[in-house]
Amino acid sequence: MTSLLDTLVAALLLVNLVALGTSRIGTMIRAVSLQGLLLGLLALAAHGEVSNRVLLLALASVLLKAWLIPAVLFRALRQVAIQREVEPLLGLLPSLLLGALATALALAAAGRLPFAEERLAPLFVPAALAAIAAGLILLVTRRKAITQVVGYLVLENGIFVFGLLLVEAMPFLVEVGVLLDLFVGIFVLSIIIHHINREFSSLDTRRLSQLKE
Amino acid sequence: MPPLPVLLPLAMAIAVFLTPSKVWRPRLLAATALGHCLLTAAAIRRPETAATDWLRLDAPGRLLLALVSALFLSCAVYSVGYLRYRPERANRRFTACLLAALGAMSLVAYAQHLGVLWVGIEATTLASAPLVYFNRSARSIEATWKYLLLSSVGIALALLGSFFVGYAALLGGGEASLLFPDLLARAGELSRPWLRAGFVLLLVGYGTKMGLVPMHTWKPDAYGEAPGVVGALLAGGLTSCAFLALLRFAQLTSAAGEGLFANRLLVAVGLTSMGAAAALLLGQRDLKRMLAYSSVEQMGILALAAGLGAGATFAALLHLVANALGKAGLFLAAGNIHRAFGGKTTDEIRGALRRLPRSGPVFLCGLFAITGSPPFGLFVSKLLLLQAALAASRWWVAGLFVAFLLLVFAGMGRTSLAALQGRPTRYARQSEYRDRWISFAPPLALVALVLLLGLHIPVPVRTLLEEAARALEVGR
Repeated sequence: MTSLLDTLVAALLLVNLVALGTSRIGTMIRAVSLQGLLLGLLALAAHGEVSNRVLLLALASVLLKAWLIPAVLFRALRQVAIQREVEPLLGLLPSLLLGALATALALAAAGRLPFAEERLAPLFVPAALAAIAAGLILLVTRRKAITQVVGYLVLENGIFVFGLLLVEAMPFLVEVGVLLDLFVGIFVLSIIIHHINREFSSLDTRRLSQLKE
Repeated sequence: MPPLPVLLPLAMAIAVFLTPSKVWRPRLLAATALGHCLLTAAAIRRPETAATDWLRLDAPGRLLLALVSALFLSCAVYSVGYLRYRPERANRRFTACLLAALGAMSLVAYAQHLGVLWVGIEATTLASAPLVYFNRSARSIEATWKYLLLSSVGIALALLGSFFVGYAALLGGGEASLLFPDLLARAGELSRPWLRAGFVLLLVGYGTKMGLVPMHTWKPDAYGEAPGVVGALLAGGLTSCAFLALLRFAQLTSAAGEGLFANRLLVAVGLTSMGAAAALLLGQRDLKRMLAYSSVEQMGILALAAGLGAGATFAALLHLVANALGKAGLFLAAGNIHRAFGGKTTDEIRGALRRLPRSGPVFLCGLFAITGSPPFGLFVSKLLLLQAALAASRWWVAGLFVAFLLLVFAGMGRTSLAALQGRPTRYARQSEYRDRWISFAPPLALVALVLLLGLHIPVPVRTLLEEAARALEVGR
């Protein structure tokens, strides 16, 4: 069981780096889609016996994060018919190095924090922190609107990993509420992406600079 | 079954969305706002009957629900007039999103569970984003994008912070719980490092939603480009929800013995926000952006009040209520001025007092109210805060507080008087907009309420405030 968890977490971390290192927007979206699938598996593998609640939760998150949200993003991508290069502000290699550094730091930081039990937390906490860091790097260094949304998703996935430690304390409805909020958020963002493209003929968020002092 | 004040607006949001008639939607909006007020009054008066653990109306929740309900009623009445004035715009999404925002804010008032609280606050963001985009211009897209992305990222960090707090409880032994009452009862056992990290994340997260410096950058853009009524709802309602959430976490952190840490952070962030807002207000020419920075300043005052500890809780809550009502009144009046002058900077607006003999004076009164001139409610709350700071012998805090207040008064006064005095521009003299009851009565009522809070706090309101303050002081 532990080796399975180890593998899943390692895959999760690798996917972060794929999202950071790719030059194609399509690959980025596929990467978060894969990450969504991994999260579902992680939710199942994390808890010894699989209760109905955990099963439903895993199914809902896979459905949402691996299929529905990527579909919405791909649709937005097709609608705006932009060039599919990422065009990062910070080069791909530096981003990758930064991501790797953040992962190492997350591992180091997690080593200093106290944990409740020895099984899940020492694995999940650094994974969560690393994904959150990768998400933040994507948010800051990618300038196209759609890639910023992908960054937000990676960040959210990291938080989800941490949330797995607290599954017992979350009422199922609240869990669903969190997922629903995420979906509606992405949906609204993708609509605005469409409008940004129509208004500015570009998704470059650097053009969103009329409003300032 | 969720409580009625949450359910009614959400159901009506769907109903309004499905209503084909453009004329009926604003009417349904106003009727729902009235119904929400009645339900709120009933919910506050009757002790809780069937309630789940994670949805219950405690004393601070009652205060927030009453505030939000009253605020929304005035905004809804105003929207009827506003939408009548803008008949060319589709209002389906606008009215539905307003109602959804009301439902989400009510959910925040009821939330006793960290997760529910988060869902509610995130839902207020999502419901209000299309409202900011109502004017469909390039500028409003930019504002909406910044608002939605920054708030979402900020609030995502707040979720992580909530999880950290939950994990602190798990580590303290016992079962995992994310309920405020449970956490508060076992505050002593919480793991300190996780709690501290959680509080920082929550301060960043909900602070983004409040608009505390340096997470305030979306605020002038969103408030500047949104219609006045949306600005009123954002500045009065949504920020109040986020502050109450932050206050609950400050209470929890203090109860766990980390009060010094939390209070230091809150005071630092509060004073920074006040100072930055004061600097940006000097020389501000845009009326709505001025109101946005004033809101940043007020949020700074609230954070400072939270950081002053138990003695300042009543003052903080009074300030919360008075600021929400006063700022909403100002935004509504500013909306009228915007329409009469066709612009929102002092280049276009001159002589508002002469051009709008009703909305103009209401704006002026609102300005005095929000800057804390006697005899308005904010004067009382600021005085109480100053007393609390002096009583704690925090001379520097008190001194900076007063200095920033004076700077803000100078900045806001200069911009506003430039807009209010003088001779109206030619455009304004020829524009068709006229003050009507429906457009100036709501801001007038809101400013009058702030005045009432300064002269004599009505007994039911005082009871609400005192009960909420007592509940939030437990363990501090």
